[in-house]
Amino acid sequence: MIRPVIAAALLVGLAASADMVRADEPSVALTIKDHQFAPAEIEVPANAKVKLVVKNADPTPEEFESGSLHREKVIPGGQEITISIGPLKPGRYEFVGDFHRATAHGTIIAK
Amino acid sequence: MLQTAIIVFREVLEAALVVGIVMAASRGVPRRALWVGGGVVGGVAGACLVAGFAEAIAQAAAGMGQELFNAGILFLAVAMLGWHNVWMGRHGRELAQEANALGRAVGAGARPLHALAIVVGMAVLREGSELVLFLYGIAASAGGGAEMLAGGALGLAAGAATGAALYFGLLRIPAKHLFAVTSALILLLAAGMASQAASFLVQAELLPSLGQQIWDSSAFLSDGSIAGKALHALIGYVAQPSGIQLLFWGATLLVIGGLMRLNGGAGAGKDLARRAASVAALALLTLAAAGIAAI
Repeated sequence: MIRPVIAAALLVGLAASADMVRADEPSVALTIKDHQFAPAEIEVPANAKVKLVVKNADPTPEEFESGSLHREKVIPGGQEITISIGPLKPGRYEFVGDFHRATAHGTIIAK
Repeated sequence: MLQTAIIVFREVLEAALVVGIVMAASRGVPRRALWVGGGVVGGVAGACLVAGFAEAIAQAAAGMGQELFNAGILFLAVAMLGWHNVWMGRHGRELAQEANALGRAVGAGARPLHALAIVVGMAVLREGSELVLFLYGIAASAGGGAEMLAGGALGLAAGAATGAALYFGLLRIPAKHLFAVTSALILLLAAGMASQAASFLVQAELLPSLGQQIWDSSAFLSDGSIAGKALHALIGYVAQPSGIQLLFWGATLLVIGGLMRLNGGAGAGKDLARRAASVAALALLTLAAAGIAAI
């Protein structure tokens, strides 16, 4: 019983220290509205960590998903979440809204 | 409606394939339908609960609640799959002989079905919670109720049919080889899930990616395609894998595979294997508990 508690404390500690690092990373805002990403194309600096702040302005949930970025995260309706990405090599990275693949897609361009 | 059905199918697929493998692996075991069915029902109930608390989970652990939760669920499933296989390694030979004489699989009743039931439950819970969120979104839009029901039912039926096809396909394998095949499939399932869990821990910034993209086979088979998704569920296929995903994939194969071998052999290796298996399972369960406790 003790071990999981210690491990949990360690994990939370790690998450908290990661938080401090995150504070000075550049952040980019992204909004989901009518099942579309705006802006649909984002430029971020290459070889640096970047914080994506994704706001879901729709009342329904969406899932941010990207195979090339290795990210998948649900954004409940009306909520805002943060996804840390990078450091990325220069290039184009596609992402989609998994629940609305027909309309919700965008690209991150690392320069 | 087709659009909805396709998305539902994509979400159901992974869990359906897991159920298909588990059913084939537990062939001939009494009351297995009860265990597996219990896993599915428990998973569906859990999925609704997780979907209901989606906002709370998303905001937990400094915004990393989803990542820790998913990693915890996956590590729990890996521990159960590994335990099942190591246990089977010990009894495999006897069971294979019994399977030859169908109907005599009495000793097989002691198989760790609860481990497989937990695996099914976790797979259904993880995929199901996304499905519940998605269907809720459809139902909430204008005139979405009928769309949700029709598309949902069609997608669910297609997913279940795929799982059933895998199951009946596996049953065509002669009984004396079936055990070896399902063991290998379960080993690959575990490796794929471990690699996925590692990816969630990278997303939560708890693990380094060790190389963002080791190769890119997305032109050949993309993650987004149905075939890519099926292969992802079965063996952990990723079109653009990171270094840590490959590391966890390989390490899981080596550790569980090694323990199966040691435990299947005779003599001193057995004790060592049993002890090592206990330590490995405990470590994974600790990780799982930590992931869930942290949110």
